[in-house]
Parts: sequence; structure tokens; C-alpha cells
Amino acid sequence: MAQAHAPQFKNPVVKWIDSRLPIFTMLDHEYNQYPMPRNVNYLWAFGAIAGIMLVIMIATGLVLAMQYAANTHIAFESVERIMRDVNYGWLLRYVHANGASMFFIAVYIHMFRGLYYGSYKAPREILWILGVFILLAMMATAFMGYVLPWGQMSFWGATVITNLFSAFPLVGDPIVTWLWGGFSVDNPTLNRFFALHFLLPFVLLGLVVLHTAALHVSGSNNPLGIDAKGPQDTVPFNPYVTVKDGFAVVVFLIFYAGFVFFAPNYLGHPDNYIPANPLVTPAHIVPEWYFLPFYAILRAIPDKLGGVLAMFGAIAVLAALPWLDTSKVRSCKFRPIYRQFFWILAIDALVLGYAGAMPAEGVWLLVARIGTAYYFFHFLILLPLLGKLERPLPLPASICEPVLKGGGRVAAGAHAKPMEKA
Amino acid sequence: MAQTTHPPGTGGHAASGGEGASRRDFLYLATGAVGAIGVASAVWPFIDSMNPAADTLALASIDVDLAPVQEGQAITVTWRGKPVFVRHRTAKEIEEARTVNLGDLRDPAADDARVKKPEWLIVVGICTHLGCVPLGQKPTDPRGDYDGWFCPCHGSHYDTAGRIRKGPAPANLVVPQYAFTSDTAVRLG
Repeated sequence: MAQAHAPQFKNPVVKWIDSRLPIFTMLDHEYNQYPMPRNVNYLWAFGAIAGIMLVIMIATGLVLAMQYAANTHIAFESVERIMRDVNYGWLLRYVHANGASMFFIAVYIHMFRGLYYGSYKAPREILWILGVFILLAMMATAFMGYVLPWGQMSFWGATVITNLFSAFPLVGDPIVTWLWGGFSVDNPTLNRFFALHFLLPFVLLGLVVLHTAALHVSGSNNPLGIDAKGPQDTVPFNPYVTVKDGFAVVVFLIFYAGFVFFAPNYLGHPDNYIPANPLVTPAHIVPEWYFLPFYAILRAIPDKLGGVLAMFGAIAVLAALPWLDTSKVRSCKFRPIYRQFFWILAIDALVLGYAGAMPAEGVWLLVARIGTAYYFFHFLILLPLLGKLERPLPLPASICEPVLKGGGRVAAGAHAKPMEKA
Repeated sequence: MAQTTHPPGTGGHAASGGEGASRRDFLYLATGAVGAIGVASAVWPFIDSMNPAADTLALASIDVDLAPVQEGQAITVTWRGKPVFVRHRTAKEIEEARTVNLGDLRDPAADDARVKKPEWLIVVGICTHLGCVPLGQKPTDPRGDYDGWFCPCHGSHYDTAGRIRKGPAPANLVVPQYAFTSDTAVRLG
């Protein structure tokens, strides 16, 4: 980091602006010279991918908002008009609708990356907590966006989720009435959801700026989980990481385009192509896939308030994670026992997601209950204990040491002691 | 700041530092309190604007003609944007609702406290769990284990008095405000 000196700009206009508002110096410092640990892998690209997704969502959302009408009488038809009559309306809507799923895929991988490599540990606690707020803002935005087409799933999803707040004693019912602006989900509800759905992405953008600012204070974590000791451990962000992230973004966009062009409704629910009907509940209300693990937790608890608290608690526990994990070692590479529990947690999240999509009865209810119990056991009991009980493997002295030692002494017998990488 | 909190001994500030500080603390607190109240009162119109508007509140009461509803049948009417279930109960259903031991109920309520005429049960058709519309109005619908309604969303069972018997819902189906205007007509609201 010591090598970051003020850049010399050749362009006189740039120079003139920069001496008055050092925006070019800032960009150069944060996105050109920013020292990145030289050993980061492709999992580190998902932050950039998530950022690109936010930009795509805001861009498509803006033009869709110019065609959409937030009124219960015409909302459904206005979406159909976008699909049939508006130039490229079908493309923009499918890019936006599938974009929500892609955004969550990128963010969930980004989060599990952080969990695996201990990116939430000191000094990155605030960075991590800002990430939890980003997740919450994304969930709120995605939920309200799903209400806008005013199909059956929109209406009943909105009804079920707003009713969660009625679980709180005394204040619950007034809060729900206030959220609705009436006595059921209706036109005032749709109107305000549209306003908030437009606002929240910009709140999200602000949070992302803070998240990035906090990241650039402590620097990026890396697969070894040890701090960069000097210039020999890092590479400048540009061109090394811009190119690597750029390649990952392109591959991800191909995956995304696969859904948009070949299976645009695969991640949606067919019932949302039925206009909202307040008198008929669909037989099986399912949220979008990215909410399913949390939905399973909600339904696993037989008590209404308890279910709601458990669901919110499942996210709140993430914010407390930097203090729940008592181990000083960041990366799973050097935590042989935690590494196994990490994968159990990952499987648990998938199982909860599957159980959330199934009817809440019989064996699926049992599965959801075991999954919920394990989720909280992992964070609240296992992590605090494991930090004390587990004996971590020895950490390398620096990021470049294993590489340079292995490469530097070929004759001495590099193949005699293979790297103890997992 | 040091200069302002400990001014040189001139004028009214000649008093001891402790006294001056406490007076200043009081002024800070008082200013802060006035500011906070001001902000809170300015914010209230914004919050309250999201509550139901006057036209929404205007209780559109509706009249329902019960004459065409035969024994054993049920109709659904919309009132305040919500479905209201009106069921013409059979003698067997009334009997079932009456013979329940109140101690076994999650939300104890006697059957005659939930109806004005025993053959007519009128409840808001919204599950008290998370607001779905329970099934059981149509003859082909499942009615749950207690012959009343069954909510397909999360599996709550209601009995023939609309009381919660099984499943996650915490309370009975709500009985709306209504009055019989004649033997076969009822006014909701």
C-alpha cells in the first residue's frame, strides 16, 4: 500500500478538475492501484458480479417504470402490455425478473465465500454488517417488486408477508393496517410498494458504496485468510483484477442470458399469470426461490410470533456472526473441523430451501424443523465452541511464501513435500 | 471549545465552572428536546398519511340477502375488501359447535357468543395466521378435520363455529359487526 503515490495526469482538463475535486485521484487510488491479494480466486468475483446486477436492475427497472401503472385495475394489463406491445418490453421485463434471481445467486455465493474464508472477522465486522443490511434491503426490494405485476402470487405473497407483522402483540394490527393503508392488501398497498420499490435500490446503492468504502479501508481478504504483508503479496487492482472480474462477469452473463432467452419463466410461478383475486387463495403459496430457506424457518415453528421471530432471527444471527465465531483463524483451509461444518451448513440451507417449497406437513415439516434447529445450532452453539476447541493448522508466514518457496527451490525437492491444500 | 466552556471570568459567566456547565447542559438538553419534538411532529403527517384514508375508512356497510341460501350452503361476500363467509349451518353442525369442551380450545369462545342466530354463522374469511382465505365454502372444498374450514397455506383447521382447532393460526376467525335487518337479511358493518 505504501507504493500508492499521487498519479500524474497528462490531460489538462483532468488535471484542472482533479486539483479542485480529486475525483480522478480517488478513482486511481481505489480502482487502479488498489492492492489486491495476489492469491484471490474466482469466488472473489461475485462482489463485482453483484454490483453489475444492481446496475442492470436499476437500468431495466427505470425503463419498465416508464411503462408500468401502479393501480390495481390496470397493473396486470400494463405488465401484459409491456410483454406484447412495448418495444423490447418482453426482453426488459425478463431481464429484470430473472435479474432478481441472478442478483440473489451472486449475493448468496458472495456470502458463502465470506463464511468459508472468514471474511467477517476483525477488522471487517462493519463491512460484513453492511452486507447484512444490503441483504435485508434486497429482500425488501425483491418482495415489493414481485407484488407489482398484481398476479395471484403477488397478491397472496403480499398478504402473507405483511401479515407477519400482525404477530407482534398490541402494535401488530395497527402496523399491518398502516402498511396496507386499508383493511386488506389493495390499491394503496400497491401504490406505496411501487414507490418503495423505486426508492430502495438507491438506498441499496448507498449501502454498496459504504460496503466498498469499508472494504477499501481494511483491504480484501483472500483464500489464506492472512493479511497482506507488503507489495510482494499484492497486485494492483487494474489490470489484474479488472480483467479477472471482467471474465467472470461475462461467464455469469452467459448463464443469466440462458435463463432470459431459453427459460424466462422457469424461476417464476405460473400462478402469477392469473390476475389477483382477493377472494381465492392459491392452493399453494410459495415465495420466490431466494426466500425459501427463510420461509421454511417461518413455517417450522408451530407458533405464529415464534415463527416470525425465528425468520428474522435467521438474518439477525448473521449480523452477530463476527462475535459468535470465536476462532482467530479466518480461512477454512486451516480449520479442519469447521470446514466440515461449513459444508453441513451449506447443505442445510439447500435442504431448508427445498422444504420451504414443499407443503408444510408430514415429513417436510419435520425436515424443516431439523434444518431450522441445525441452522441456529451452527451459529449459536457450534461456532462459539469450535473456536475454543478446534486446533487450527499452522498458517503460512505470508501470502507469497508458499508460492515462492515452492517455485524457488525446485531442485531441493519441491515435489517431496506437496502443498497441504485441501 | 475549551474557551467557550470555560470562559474567562467576565459578566454572567463569572460563576464557578460547575454551575456554568450544568446551566449549559440544561440548555443543550432543552434545545435538543424541543428539536426532537419538532422533528417528531413534522414526521407524523408523513407516517399518518400511510394510514387508511377517509374514503377507505368510510365503512361501506353492505346488505346481504340470506333467503336464497339453503341449509348446508354457504356464500362469500366482500366487505371492506375482505371475504366474509356466511354459512347456513345444519342442525348437526350447530350441535358439533355446541358440544365442544371450551377448555380444549386454543381461543376459547362459546358457540352462542359467535352467532346471533344459531343457524347463521357469519365470519371474516381470513385465516388469522397469515391472511389466506380458508377453503370450505364450496361443497367440493376440503373442510378440515372439524367440518368447518381448512386453510391450505399453512394447514389451519377451523370448526363449524369458525374456531381454530388445529394448525398454526393463533385465533378464531373474526366475527364482523353485523345486525339482522329482517329474518332473511343482514347488514354488515
